[in-house]
Amino acid sequence: MAYSAAVRQYSRRVIVLMILYAASLMTVVYSFSRHLLTGPPAYVAAILPALPVIGIFAAIGRYLIEETDEYMRMLMIRQSLIASGFMLSIVTAWGFLEGFGLVPHIVSYYAAVLWFAGMWVGWGYNIVVTRRAA
Amino acid sequence: MKNRLKVLRAERDWSQGDLADRLGVSRQSVNAIETGRYDPSLPLAFKIAELFDLSIEDIFTSPSKES
Repeated sequence: MAYSAAVRQYSRRVIVLMILYAASLMTVVYSFSRHLLTGPPAYVAAILPALPVIGIFAAIGRYLIEETDEYMRMLMIRQSLIASGFMLSIVTAWGFLEGFGLVPHIVSYYAAVLWFAGMWVGWGYNIVVTRRAA
Repeated sequence: MKNRLKVLRAERDWSQGDLADRLGVSRQSVNAIETGRYDPSLPLAFKIAELFDLSIEDIFTSPSKES
């Protein structure tokens, strides 16, 4: 299957961002475990692993702009909407459970983890719908 | 939206890939349009009509006229 130029560009960006994420996370975790960071530099360092993750959201936005095939663009939009609904539903439910003291607190970056999990759910939905009538 | 894309393509002995290349879209797009799972935008519908030298109404059936 031939991939569009937009898909290839998107894939390249995501691979680079994932490498940056892994590198920044390992560096920051090591630095904090050795108590090498304090004060303002600690805040800057702590935010570093978030930047490549934010970059992936931007890469999806760029893909939607650059993709010239409107059907493929629609599939990515649907996938992203399913991911957003998946993440928001779980986060909202968890928030109420947490508010009533029934479950422990979970750090907010798990919202991004859930969103990426939701992208897989959306991908699966697209596969099922695409194959049903093919 | 029902359409005659598959028939028109077969008359010219084109595969879905051939039509996709001529339209500048993916084969999946052609498949989705042919099977009525995806309604093309107006610019793409015009492009399809111009490729077959037909009007949009000659290729696509208006949903209000579908039985």
